[in-house]
Amino acid sequence: MSFVDVTLRLLEGFSLTCVIFIVTLIFALPLGLAISFASMSRYKAVRAISKTFVWMIRSTPLMLQVIVVFYGPGLIWGPGFFFERMTAVLIAFIINYAAYFSEIYRGGIQSISVGQYEAGHVLGMTNRQIFMRVVLLQVVKRILAPMSNEVITLVKDTSLARIIAVKELIMMSQEYISAHALIWPLFYSAVFYMIFCGGLTLLFGAAEKKLSYFRS
Amino acid sequence: MPILRAENLYKSFSNVNVLKGVGFTLDRGRVLSMIGSSGSGKTTLLRCLNFLETPDRGRIIVDEEVLFDAADPATHREADKRKKRLHFGLVFQNFNLFPQYTALKNVMLAKELLAKEQPDYRENKAQIQKSIIEEASALLDQVGLSDKFKNYPHELSGGQQQRVAIARALALHPDILCFDEPTSSLDPEISGDVLLAIQDLAKRNLTMIIVTHEMGFAREVSDHVIFLDGGLIAEEGLPEAVFGAPKSERLKSFLGAVL
Ligand SMILES: Nc1ncnc2c1ncn2[C@@H]1O[C@H](COP(=O)(O)OP(=O)(O)OP(=O)(O)O)[C@@H](O)[C@H]1O
Ligand SMILES: [Mg+2]
Repeated sequence: MSFVDVTLRLLEGFSLTCVIFIVTLIFALPLGLAISFASMSRYKAVRAISKTFVWMIRSTPLMLQVIVVFYGPGLIWGPGFFFERMTAVLIAFIINYAAYFSEIYRGGIQSISVGQYEAGHVLGMTNRQIFMRVVLLQVVKRILAPMSNEVITLVKDTSLARIIAVKELIMMSQEYISAHALIWPLFYSAVFYMIFCGGLTLLFGAAEKKLSYFRS
Repeated sequence: MPILRAENLYKSFSNVNVLKGVGFTLDRGRVLSMIGSSGSGKTTLLRCLNFLETPDRGRIIVDEEVLFDAADPATHREADKRKKRLHFGLVFQNFNLFPQYTALKNVMLAKELLAKEQPDYRENKAQIQKSIIEEASALLDQVGLSDKFKNYPHELSGGQQQRVAIARALALHPDILCFDEPTSSLDPEISGDVLLAIQDLAKRNLTMIIVTHEMGFAREVSDHVIFLDGGLIAEEGLPEAVFGAPKSERLKSFLGAVL
């Protein structure tokens, strides 16, 4: 088992880790925004549904949600109904992260003073213009720190996918224990996570710096 | 012919009656000052005029056009509010500048967004943009901020921020510009610059409604003064009359307390 062989094999697992990470972000970021709008809706029923949903998602382990998405449809509709393993993981991850993101968005949006909206209104702007041109960037600036936390947690949460045998990084490295009685590849996998998260930290740092030109 | 006629405005919040039948007229080019103790409804009145609150009763008429009539649901349409608001400008007590934009962009933004809705915007984009920049620059010059175009709000003093806010409101050429205690969140030393800027506007015959606690300023700048008390106009008249020879006990004690 050469170092290069292990590295190549772990990279294979890491590529799945990256897919889970990227696809989750692509869908959860906008979905979270929609959920946050629902949580702030002027209609009580919409708010109630949205908040119940967020509560359910946030109060159960992501691992369990992955299992439910994978085995649930078969239990309910019969054995013919199931998602591919990877699809099940992605669905569970997207829903879970959208719920967390929605709360971060909501906090950010609600922290903007009503004066900003009123100034926009008095200047004849539409609600949409006020959101896009006045509020959004201030919200982004405010939620950058909690979002970076959440996104870095996502990197490590991808390892939960192995519960339904999706061969992400941890699962790949664990196979060396059972098949070759080698534990160092598992330890070595940490390096991949650390490099990835290090990159993300730099990225968020740069974004924060980029938005430091104004105060709000 | 008055440019603004506010008739019999009522406004209550849950169970507090804030405005209890306020009416006045304002001629073009005139300055109306509104004074009164805290809670008398001055801010609420300005907010009603700017469609930030909806009066429970009464009418708002600008230039013979009924913008709002509590009794006529046809004037309540949310979609029309935007255009109606443009008759008025409002300068807030705490500025409410947009922090992510420079002083110049703060002044330009609303105008740019409106210009984009013009049918000829695409063809004449460069020309329109140029004229918006020129006008915004001229307005900042006018309020004495020619060297602050590129500064962000947090880099400006309170007085400078408020003058940007004034320029921002002027950019849309409102028929009536309203000020809600424009200097009360400023240190006394710097509020002078803002008051000078407003005085300059009065000289240019801008129609204005000014809510203020600066009695000396109100006396000097206005053509008419209204003393609001408990949601009603308790006394009104020329500044010399209101400040020099107050008739009602309420006004006398109010002036006694603030002067
Ligand atoms: N949105 C609101 N909900 C409930 N009550 C309100 C609301 N806005 C204003 N009020 C009440 O209306 C009354 C008048 O308020 P307003 O702000 O118009 O007074 P004001 O004359 O501007 O006072 P100040 O000089 O302190 O600014 C106050 O008693 C205030 O508590
Ligand atoms: Mg007030």
